[in-house]
Amino acid sequence: MTELLAVLIPLPVLLPLLGAGLALVLSKHSRTQNVVSIVILSAVMVIAFVLLFGVDREGAQVVAIGGWEPPAGIVLVADRLSVLMLVVSSMVTLSVLIYALSQDASDDSNETPISVFNPSYLVLCAGVANAFLAGDLFNLYVGFEMLLLASYVLLTLGATAERIRAGVTYVVVSLVSSIIFLTAIGVIYAACGTVNMAQLSERLGQLPADVQMILHVLLLLGFGIKAAIFPLSFWLPDSYPTAPAPVTAVFAGLLTKVGIYAIIRTETLLFVDSSLRVPLLIAAALTMLVGILGAIAQSEIKRIVSFTLVSHIGYMLFGVALGTTFGLAAAIYYTVHHIIVQTALFLAIGLVEMRGGSTSTKSLGGLMVLSPALTIVFFLPALNLSGIPPFSGFIGKVALFAAGFEGEDWLNVTLIVVGTVTSLLTLYVIGRTFNLAFWRDPADAEEPTEELVAEFAERKQVLQAGRKWTPTIGVPGPMFWAATGMVVASLALTVGAEPLWNLSTRAAENLSEPLNYVTQVLGGDAT
Amino acid sequence: MSLPFVLVLAMGFLFACGIYLMLERSLTRVLLGFILLGNGVNLLIVLTAGRGSAPLTDGKHLSTVGMSDPLPQALVLTAIVITFAVTAFLLAMIYRSWRLVRADSLQDDAADLQVAITKIIDSEAEASTEYDDTEFGDEAESPIVGAVDLDQDGRRVDRRVAAYRDAAPEPAADRDAAPESAADREDKP
Repeated sequence: MTELLAVLIPLPVLLPLLGAGLALVLSKHSRTQNVVSIVILSAVMVIAFVLLFGVDREGAQVVAIGGWEPPAGIVLVADRLSVLMLVVSSMVTLSVLIYALSQDASDDSNETPISVFNPSYLVLCAGVANAFLAGDLFNLYVGFEMLLLASYVLLTLGATAERIRAGVTYVVVSLVSSIIFLTAIGVIYAACGTVNMAQLSERLGQLPADVQMILHVLLLLGFGIKAAIFPLSFWLPDSYPTAPAPVTAVFAGLLTKVGIYAIIRTETLLFVDSSLRVPLLIAAALTMLVGILGAIAQSEIKRIVSFTLVSHIGYMLFGVALGTTFGLAAAIYYTVHHIIVQTALFLAIGLVEMRGGSTSTKSLGGLMVLSPALTIVFFLPALNLSGIPPFSGFIGKVALFAAGFEGEDWLNVTLIVVGTVTSLLTLYVIGRTFNLAFWRDPADAEEPTEELVAEFAERKQVLQAGRKWTPTIGVPGPMFWAATGMVVASLALTVGAEPLWNLSTRAAENLSEPLNYVTQVLGGDAT
Repeated sequence: MSLPFVLVLAMGFLFACGIYLMLERSLTRVLLGFILLGNGVNLLIVLTAGRGSAPLTDGKHLSTVGMSDPLPQALVLTAIVITFAVTAFLLAMIYRSWRLVRADSLQDDAADLQVAITKIIDSEAEASTEYDDTEFGDEAESPIVGAVDLDQDGRRVDRRVAAYRDAAPEPAADRDAAPESAADREDKP
């Protein structure tokens, strides 16, 4: 079993890279290219599931790449948290790929040149997997750079004026965060003489407290920009909404969570002794509030949801900042929930854009009767996001709040209050969006869309005449099914809440004992 | 491990210049700033190796005493390659931006401006019902170039907002606000 796992662990990074190369070679044959991409990502998903079961049974696995034993060589480490993230990310990337390919096949605008899309998308997947599996800080940096470079290309696909404008903001901000991260690595190496995370875990604790604090803050700044934590979150609502719908979906679902993952590692493995609990809690509260207030001011669905994305990063940060096993478990559960729900929501918004011709709440209307199936696909993840009881958003929030009450501290209680208010405001925003885009007569819109108004009137006439009305505009099947798949996955988080919660707790228990991680990576004698 | 002071100074200088340039609105300067910053960080990583002889052996003496640390040099090679690739991408983007809008500066986000304008127009619509005491017409015959833009109430108007408002199709709030408020006044005296 262990040998099998050791063979499988590098594959989520290797296979997509190989696929990216193949896709580039096959750029003239778009059909073959699509098949290659889908097969590769499906294989990664299967591998991720095998790894999840294997690692959950056998404990964390360490693979020394190139045969150099740690700490000399580069290691990939798969513990419960890594493989759980890997499973979720592989599910998301596969369904978004199917959605994107179907969308591209259905519109002839050539807005997204597919020969570029597939390779960069696969590199993005490889980068995400590499970041999750990285066992040393520099490899984490390389993983970040892989996914960022691919994301630059994806965000500016087609290079229209609007995308270039948004892309410049995104690229420059990401560059600053990368530079801060790289500086942190340089300074940490100067201080400790290693970049292996297990060794760092031992050596960083021996540094003077003030040096530790500087290194800690430097790393958190770099990751904070990537995770979009207030006040480092201003770039996100500006840049995400302009990208093609599937790209926004995978960015919103995954990229900020890679930042959160890195923060979890920093807090639990590297800086065990120097705690930044209070500043992190305050940042979490501000992220929640400022994000959701921004969402209220917007009138474009994509931007609204981008702002709620920023706001809900605050919940995960809350769980991480608590630092307890319970808090970490809640943060992990919430991260899994949020990746899936956010992706589902953005995929649904892409369908709305296709069906209604726009994503502005000022011009949409009547989608509820015109496209009931689409309404369900949008409405379920939207309710889930705002934390309505049977859904996983509710379970995640309850877990976070319970973890907050454990400490009996006034700051925790403030955070819980802020979290509740944010959740209610999310419900308000979602409710308003739903009322405007789905519920009302399209003719009541401030800037009515002619097609929707005409279709709405036609439906009324047909129904009054007693005939059966069938919509003239539909959405492509695979796109719809990919979005539905994500919605079903988000519902499965409720049905399978107990096993997932237990898994999150086990992952959090692993994280609470960094010494175990160190012994596993460096061998038995490292105590 | 003693660091050459001049190089540390040079690193600080690169960081300072890079950050200063990155704060500019002009994209070319941002790019130059990024290159300087990137080189500053690369220098930092090289410096962590410390002074010493090249990490090579002649096969007879296998001691590492007096050698500089080879790992930072491996790290810095990766970092240089990544910086290089990103610089190329950024250059291409700046060129594309120049081709598209003939501007080398960062553009404002249209949707952000929209939110800002809606607010200004809303407050105007409220204000104009109360203070309708201007003695001048809506438009000047020969506007004075370079003067501060004032709105009807004598407050200063942001030029970019004003320019956007002129260029864009009239926002809905503007159209709806007037008749609605008129109707309100009639209904509810």
